[in-house]
Amino acid sequence: MAWYERNKQNITTTNNEKREIPEGIWHQCESCRTVTLVKDFIQDKYTCHSCGHHERIGSKEYFELLFDNKEYTPLITNLKSRDFLNFVDTKPYIERLENTRKKTGLDEATAVAHGKIEGMDLVISAMDFDFIGGSMGSVMGEKMAKAIDYAIQHRCAFMIISQSGGARMMESSLSLMQMAKVSAKLTQLAAAKLPYFSLLTNPTTGGVSASFAMLGDINMAEPKALVGFAGARVIKETIRVKELPENFQSAESNLENGFVDMIVDRKKLRCQLAELLRYWQHL
Amino acid sequence: MHFLDFEQPLEELQKLISDIQKNESIDDISKAESLQLLGQQYKTKQEKIYQNLSPWQKVQVARHPERPYSLYYISQICEQFTELHGDRNFRDDKAIIGGLGIIDGQTVMVIGHQKGENIKARQFRNFGMPNPEGYRKALRLMKMAERFNMPIVCLIDTPGAYPGIEAEERGQSQAIAQNLFEMAKLQVPIISVIIGEGASGGALGIGVGNRVLMLENTWYTVISPEACAAILWRSSEHKVKAAEALKLTANDALNLGIIDKIIPEPLGGAHSDPSTAATLLKTEILAQLAQLKPLSTTELVSQRIAKYEAMGQFDYKEA
Repeated sequence: MAWYERNKQNITTTNNEKREIPEGIWHQCESCRTVTLVKDFIQDKYTCHSCGHHERIGSKEYFELLFDNKEYTPLITNLKSRDFLNFVDTKPYIERLENTRKKTGLDEATAVAHGKIEGMDLVISAMDFDFIGGSMGSVMGEKMAKAIDYAIQHRCAFMIISQSGGARMMESSLSLMQMAKVSAKLTQLAAAKLPYFSLLTNPTTGGVSASFAMLGDINMAEPKALVGFAGARVIKETIRVKELPENFQSAESNLENGFVDMIVDRKKLRCQLAELLRYWQHL
Repeated sequence: MHFLDFEQPLEELQKLISDIQKNESIDDISKAESLQLLGQQYKTKQEKIYQNLSPWQKVQVARHPERPYSLYYISQICEQFTELHGDRNFRDDKAIIGGLGIIDGQTVMVIGHQKGENIKARQFRNFGMPNPEGYRKALRLMKMAERFNMPIVCLIDTPGAYPGIEAEERGQSQAIAQNLFEMAKLQVPIISVIIGEGASGGALGIGVGNRVLMLENTWYTVISPEACAAILWRSSEHKVKAAEALKLTANDALNLGIIDKIIPEPLGGAHSDPSTAATLLKTEILAQLAQLKPLSTTELVSQRIAKYEAMGQFDYKEA
């Protein structure tokens, strides 16, 4: 069914499912509404050929577009979140987890994989925003900690691809502690003299940006990604303004202010990573 | 004296007490008798209230306007203290203070969030909400402490890192992140104590330690109950519910393994007897220092990293 038919009939499927649709189907850019073939859109790494908008993609898509021949080994796949506080807001946390697992087919907000980029080893921990906003809970922290151990053990470079609103409130203070946990583990990676690349994608905010996302030896961001500490609403309420400056908390302003090394178009990301990894091959 | 809403019975008793004190028509002996009786009643009532504080009430006590702040504790705990200023890059943040101090004959670096005692001072201290330069000043002082092998004591009391435009532009995230990274590997003992509010990254930014302690009536978690309620319940009016759900009290933190010990407060909270609160704090800091001092630098760092590495609760999938 064509997209305009789907829209008319109010059919909304998740992006994941959409991507399963065979070739020949149209994709409309979320930003400029330009229509392209899905095939071309995927060829362009899920970016718009007209306006350059980077549509959000998940861990699986990143692994496939970055690793050689789309080959990689998933790591640390045996963990799942626990509702240790019996947290209930408008919905019990346990239900939220179950629903999200069913809806997304994902088991958590982060996935880890080991693969090669132009033959050079890299361990990537990539987040999935679709899983409760990419929120950071105990499982994310543990996966990253174990991924860092693995990278040290196998002498691999390490990368985190962030897309997260921040800490997972349903895990309360233990979600906060994941900031300290992963940051502490990164000191061990640094001591082992292995590089850590941090890619900030839309959005990277709160406790994720205020910890490992900002700690890369090299910090990269996708174009126009929202990158910041506090949410726009909180800032507006605190300083009592209606509007925030243009490009505020954008990848571009973070580059300008000195917090990221580069903005990388997703179409060039694999190439850029290979270029960087090569420096550590020639020490 | 400022009474919190749940302290209303105490306020009434206090009013009665001062009325009797002022009343000149009562003879001294009966006055003394009534005052003693009322004093007893006041204490019993206070005990009863403070033994059963709800999480939200603890948040209120932690925010009590007369609660002692870092500089007060420092003045009581240290034989001498010299405040040091500035991050050497941009500015001196007023919401985080720090400097050299001597506690019981030992030189330490003391760093703390600082709130103000009155309206003017509160504004001057930005309500205890640091900007990035506050975290960078703290890190500068910690690095200095490391150079000279001085233990570090951090006193935490913040409603959060400041959410402002300039704070973002100067890298609030990066400043906090850098502290988490550097504090993990500092080669000196770090003792962090939550003395009031421990709100999220703003607290953790000077909160990583070999030992993390909480005063009895404080809170420490990922978000303030109001902000949590605004996000999850779509209205900050659900703050009481959020405070319950977040498990933010000292007892909860101890059960969750994010702190090592609770430091008791005098009856009625630290604000009702600040000098006793300071003595209790000092005693515990000294006890912890004594435990940490014999550890080698390697032991200190690995103990600290292992401590945070162990934090988290999750399940393993069935094979």
